[in-house]
Amino acid sequence: MKINVFVTPKKNVLDPQGAAVGHALESLGFSRLKSTRIGKLIELEVEAQDSPEFRTRLDKVCRDLLSNPIIEDFRYEIASR
Amino acid sequence: MNVAVLQFPGSNCDQDAFQIFVSGLQLPTRYVWHKDKALGEADLVVIPGGFSYGDYLRCGAIARFSPVMGAVQEFAARGGLVLAICNGFQIACEAGLLPGALIRNSSLEFRCITCELRVEDSTDSFCSSTLGATIRVPIAHGEGNYRIDDAGLARLQTNHQILLTYVQNPNGSTAGIAGIRNERGNIFGMMPHPERAFERFHPSRDGLAAARAVLAAKFPEFRAKSSAPAIPVSISG
Repeated sequence: MKINVFVTPKKNVLDPQGAAVGHALESLGFSRLKSTRIGKLIELEVEAQDSPEFRTRLDKVCRDLLSNPIIEDFRYEIASR
Repeated sequence: MNVAVLQFPGSNCDQDAFQIFVSGLQLPTRYVWHKDKALGEADLVVIPGGFSYGDYLRCGAIARFSPVMGAVQEFAARGGLVLAICNGFQIACEAGLLPGALIRNSSLEFRCITCELRVEDSTDSFCSSTLGATIRVPIAHGEGNYRIDDAGLARLQTNHQILLTYVQNPNGSTAGIAGIRNERGNIFGMMPHPERAFERFHPSRDGLAAARAVLAAKFPEFRAKSSAPAIPVSISG
């Protein structure tokens, strides 16, 4: 089973990296840019069946390790084969 | 009185931290490796600066789950004294020992400068009457931008948990915060490096008084005396 975990800075948290990249995009002529936010994509491959129990465990590692809930949000996509 | 300085792969201020307690304060000090599950005899645990585990994922995120941190959690829960500096501060926040989180400096630059810090009146010993209104201590970090929500900031202020604020904010920290303690008053975290401010060749010697003020939170014998501290003997390189 393949899982893509997306970790993004919370809406109300500064993203200095996103702001700097946004400025660079504008200087390249990529205009009308409203916002640029930078996050992470974490690809997992797990030998397990999707189940409510599995989702509970996945949620926990996303909360405890893969993201910091004070500054980041996460969501994931589980690829169906 | 024993000091334990943690060492993670990527710690790089561990030896400086060792030195301030050994040659600056003449305290028995030893290293504790990140794989150790016990701290041994320790009255102060120092989580030093550096780039533990390469700062992969987020700074401090992986160190938080290393075996020794279980022992640190227990030690802190029993009221043990913890001093977390720079990357150590990031680890302590990730571990939930201290509130808030540290993100990229708003300038995106790594800042390596000696900062003037306003001393906030936090404890009987960590206050402007013992340390002076301001101290000068070096910072060296790319991710020292302290973030906490409004409710959390209000709690820090109400409980006098803010230790130090930047006179000129170098990293975009909320309310200019450079260092905090937990509510109970046994866990101290700061981005500035007191261990880089005690030898005669350092930019200042204010780090020694700051380290004393932390120790005095639990050990009254470290309360500042009216006379200036003795000049430490340099035994490093």
